[in-house]
Amino acid sequence: MTDKTAAGLSRRSLLKGAAAGVAASAFPAPMIWAQNIKDITLRQFGTGVSNLNEVAQKVKEDLGFTLEMTALDSDAVTQRAATQPKSFDIADIEYWICKKVWPTGNLQAMDTSKIANYDKIVGIFRDGKLTPDSTIAQGTAPHTVGFTSGPGGTDFVAEESGWMTLIPTIYNADTLGIRPDLIGRPIESWTELLNPEFKGKASILDISSIGIMDAAMVCEAMGEVQYGDKGNMTREEIDKTMAIFTEAKKAGQFRAFWKTFDESVNLMASGEVVIQSMWSPAITAVKSRGIPCVYQPLKEGYRSWGGGIGLSANLSGLALDAAYEYINWYLSGWVGGFLMRQGYYSAVPETSKNFMTENEWGYWFEGKPATDTITNPQGQAMAQAGETRDGGSFQDRMGAVACWNAVMDENQYMVRKWNEFIAA
Amino acid sequence: MATLRKNRHLTGWLLASPLALVLGLFLVLPIAMIVIVSFWGATEFSIYPAFQFDNYEFLFGSPVTYSVFLNTFKYAAITWAFTLVIGFTVAYFLAFHVRSLTWQIALFLLCTIPFWTSNIIRMISWIPFLGRNGIANSTLISWGVIDEPLDWLLFSDFSVILAFVHLYTLFMVVPIFNTMMRIDRSLIEAAYDAGATGFQTLTNVIIPLCKPGIMIGSIFVVTLVMGDFITVRFMSGSQSANVGRLISNDIGLLQYPSAAATAVVLLVTVLIVIAILLRFVDIRKEL
Repeated sequence: MTDKTAAGLSRRSLLKGAAAGVAASAFPAPMIWAQNIKDITLRQFGTGVSNLNEVAQKVKEDLGFTLEMTALDSDAVTQRAATQPKSFDIADIEYWICKKVWPTGNLQAMDTSKIANYDKIVGIFRDGKLTPDSTIAQGTAPHTVGFTSGPGGTDFVAEESGWMTLIPTIYNADTLGIRPDLIGRPIESWTELLNPEFKGKASILDISSIGIMDAAMVCEAMGEVQYGDKGNMTREEIDKTMAIFTEAKKAGQFRAFWKTFDESVNLMASGEVVIQSMWSPAITAVKSRGIPCVYQPLKEGYRSWGGGIGLSANLSGLALDAAYEYINWYLSGWVGGFLMRQGYYSAVPETSKNFMTENEWGYWFEGKPATDTITNPQGQAMAQAGETRDGGSFQDRMGAVACWNAVMDENQYMVRKWNEFIAA
Repeated sequence: MATLRKNRHLTGWLLASPLALVLGLFLVLPIAMIVIVSFWGATEFSIYPAFQFDNYEFLFGSPVTYSVFLNTFKYAAITWAFTLVIGFTVAYFLAFHVRSLTWQIALFLLCTIPFWTSNIIRMISWIPFLGRNGIANSTLISWGVIDEPLDWLLFSDFSVILAFVHLYTLFMVVPIFNTMMRIDRSLIEAAYDAGATGFQTLTNVIIPLCKPGIMIGSIFVVTLVMGDFITVRFMSGSQSANVGRLISNDIGLLQYPSAAATAVVLLVTVLIVIAILLRFVDIRKEL
């Protein structure tokens, strides 16, 4: 008897719920949107580079909703995006992480027709070409994992399908950082990382997927290994690369390996290391302590990376609208200007120009000598009048990319070999 | 009568159940989970239930595993030897040379002061001290002891073991001090009266009576060192590996089953080490 009542009740409440659902979807009521959006909280996580509190504050000011940010290292980001889809609304990840995470279906494809500045996004993220005649670099080039076949797709397609996996936000070209005062001579090639002259004073980063690229740039420059594609090595290529680096490690070439941003800064600033793989803001951090440090352009080219924001598959309704709003705001210039004044590039540079002074635009983007002191968004001096940016203009730097950060088919094998290298 | 006995059974079960529940939930269940997962398979971004020996096969098939385990034992053994000698000496001083109880307590508390800050901070503070341009090197150079900075002070096995000894000596001091305080002073007087020298008293009376303390301290130090990964990572500049780092690398790369398999092997190894240690002293009897 009691059982029957219970079943009846639940059936009735179910029907009610369904009716409410139908009503809600039939009348999307745009007028309540403006009030409700204030209650929305979007949870974003990603690597430290673009998870900046200033961005969250500006979102609150300009758009009205709350953006919660969590910064993690790239391993942890991959892990979270792949295994905890409910823990985030927006994933700020790199393109090579996207290659790993997209097939899990934890992210949803984005409709490019809802992206106002889609047509102005730099070619690198669309057809892969910076200018119509540029060649596409090796590795996981962003456009190769930038599009999927349609809503719900877990594949990648080569052409601009109208459904993007990530909206590009930030990218840069990486190279070696050096201490010119302690080296005292010009550095021109990646081979210098293993030059015995710097025995016990070199370092490489201990994040296998990026470290192997730097290692490959060095081995290729030395002429020791020829690669078909540095971003997708064969087992034999991996073995050869790691053999060269293991030998160097045993000979005492490396002072330490670093895994986090601050470790790389401390190694360089303390003089423990004079040449190492480095990220652009780390150079800035060393310089801001008054210690000379150069992001040395090398003749073999740059190792480049790009990041973008992806939407969680769980996002829907008002929160999804807010997320699109956020993306459009992201590409509309303020963030771009903010990032470019730290030495990164924005996906839509022309909108960022409005948010930068002529001097800043000239120094950071066009590679012109600064006409006045260049400061970063926090107000620290980055360069004095007359100085030019290491590596020159946007075209010079992004046009000389030799390889993109990548994830290989032989990734598991590579990781094992990398672990052996660390343990050797 | 029967109901009473039933009740007594019931009370017994009820009294035991909170502890059983806590241990079951927080000790047995997680370990069982780790053992189960260690047989699972993994792709690049996901893990799937299976019963396969791949993880163990790879683990035992790789020469890296053996060298890393060897390295872990090396760290444990050297750290153990140093912490034992230093810990025993400190405890001996506190227990037998400091006469007043107030001073004993005061000095003992002094030993614990470094523990008011975090483990990692105490470890990292060695880095600027030992660095190439650090305080140690610049002092030695200014004294004229060395001409060139010593590179092996930092990012080497030396710095790893130094940090371990610094971090874990107290774990040796406390139990040894505790057992020393319980030694009946008349035993020592008796030894002297019987004509034993100070050294003979130490080896024949004090050390045997301190065995349980030494053993408990050793278990602390050995398990802490064997399970550590962050000290090795920071103090060796990521250049050396121990088992903990193998596990943390695997976790970082989403290879949970492989990490679980390594953890199981480490757990078994540590249990064997403790079993061997316990063969020497019956802690239950001595306490």
